Amino acid sequence: MHHAAAPPAWVLLAYLVAGVCFILALRGLSSPVSSRTGNRFGMAGMLLAVGTTLIHFRPLSDGRLDTTTMIQIGAAIAIGAVIGLVTARRIAMTAMPQLVAAFHSLVGLAAVLVAAAAYLNPEAFGIADDGVISPVSRVEMGLGAAIGAITFSGSVIAFLKLNGNMSGKPILLPMRHVINLGTLAAILALIAYFTQDQSPWVFWTLTGLAFLIGFLLIVPIGGADMPVVVSMLNSYSGWAAAAMGFTLQNSAMIITGALVGSSGAILSYIMCRAMNRSFISVIAGGFGGDSAAAGGGEAIDRPWKRGSAEDAAFLMKQAEQVIIVPGYGMAVAQAQHALREMADLLKKEGVSVKYAIHPVAGRMPGHMNVLLAEANVPYDEVFELEDINSEFARTDIAFVIGANDVTNPAAKTDKASPIYGMPVLDVEKAKTVLFIKRSMGGVGYAGVDNELFYRDNTMMLLADAKKMVDEIVKSLG
Amino acid sequence: MDFITILSIFVLACFVGYFVVWSVTPALHTPLMSVTNAISSVIIVGALIAAAAGSVTLGGSTAKWLGLAAVVMASVNIFGGFAVTARMLAMYKKKERR
Repeated sequence: MHHAAAPPAWVLLAYLVAGVCFILALRGLSSPVSSRTGNRFGMAGMLLAVGTTLIHFRPLSDGRLDTTTMIQIGAAIAIGAVIGLVTARRIAMTAMPQLVAAFHSLVGLAAVLVAAAAYLNPEAFGIADDGVISPVSRVEMGLGAAIGAITFSGSVIAFLKLNGNMSGKPILLPMRHVINLGTLAAILALIAYFTQDQSPWVFWTLTGLAFLIGFLLIVPIGGADMPVVVSMLNSYSGWAAAAMGFTLQNSAMIITGALVGSSGAILSYIMCRAMNRSFISVIAGGFGGDSAAAGGGEAIDRPWKRGSAEDAAFLMKQAEQVIIVPGYGMAVAQAQHALREMADLLKKEGVSVKYAIHPVAGRMPGHMNVLLAEANVPYDEVFELEDINSEFARTDIAFVIGANDVTNPAAKTDKASPIYGMPVLDVEKAKTVLFIKRSMGGVGYAGVDNELFYRDNTMMLLADAKKMVDEIVKSLG
Repeated sequence: MDFITILSIFVLACFVGYFVVWSVTPALHTPLMSVTNAISSVIIVGALIAAAAGSVTLGGSTAKWLGLAAVVMASVNIFGGFAVTARMLAMYKKKERR
């Protein structure tokens, strides 16, 4: 392999330090206390990587600094900074999944553009000899462009579904598995052929097919599986960065790519496990639309108990411990602030209040924790499923708000249920279950009836989540 | 650096990533996603090289504009990603003072 002169040692060292900063950024997230320091390490690493690049690869014309190009670069960074900062400030926390999907699409597209730039001007990247790109670099570049393109088009579809611009219902094309596998095989074949022939048609065809497959892969996946999709695309954006890191022989990019790639893969695994679904079955698609699509479960006429806000307030005041089980419905109703107010009043009465979070309670990993944090719920009152599940048996009241499938006991007992085997919160073990629901008609994402509604120790509070909590607050006050 | 050196860095970094990410508390999984988003925009390094490369060839000038476009996208992500992460983490901060 012949390469242009390798960058001097200080440049390589600076990139390595930037990579280490990125590791420390993720390490900081092991606790809320160290997390902000971690984020600052991330920013420092990025500053170092960008600064080093700008100094070492500064634009030159006739041996002097090319100020025009420098100003163009500065303007490009400034435009991005303004868009990024304004978006970050304005975005609602409920919209985080869409934002993350949109950001993923940008990383993907940036990777495609960088790969294309490296293809068009390989000398600048030190990967070509007299216009002939080295075969190894061609593979890396092809992979970078392909993964980037999949990340881009996949994230755009995920964004449209999460943002409600596109139905959450899975869209199933006939023969889609054959089409998808065929396209994937064609992309791999083209990357292999690219090592023999660096003609433009090979590069652009494989990139175009990759855009297509990203679209085809995500379209059949239902709204309920979007947490897995977002995590998976997070992983892809990492692998795209890593592939380009190989092309540029840049350790900061390779380390980051590996970190982000593993991060997304682990989060996808955690999400799949929380839904008891295999990764393959999620990718194959077709499961779970959004709540509208999943309506119309069989209406069984079974007796159930209905309670009022006053009943709920009375019961909770008498309790020693209340565990609140929030779901995404709570966030949709914007009930989190009222809920925290209710918890504060209960605490004043000497009631111990805890929150139980199912991993898929929100629209992305950890989403519910952020929504509660935004409502000023102290994070030491918020517990993960495995940490709190044994406590329900010792608890007076389980207060379920905006959650459904994640509390369904059928997941433990009914082998015929579509959610059988999914880890659920053992709310039915509490002395009394208070279950807020808009009406008795609707069902959860999985489209199954919840046996919990008809149990002797369950009291249904039928109303909009926010209205009901507001009324309970009034009764408590 | 030869290919094997780069591959070694990559493989070891995957292991580091595996262990570091498992140690992230589930409560911070959303900030984890937004910060990984921000750092994966280190791809801006490639964009800057393309944008800065002086070239008189047609391919070179196209590459330059592709690079500049990628710089815009990556910096949206860098500034947006770190800022939104900081905003989320600050919400976890308030509670510590209690």
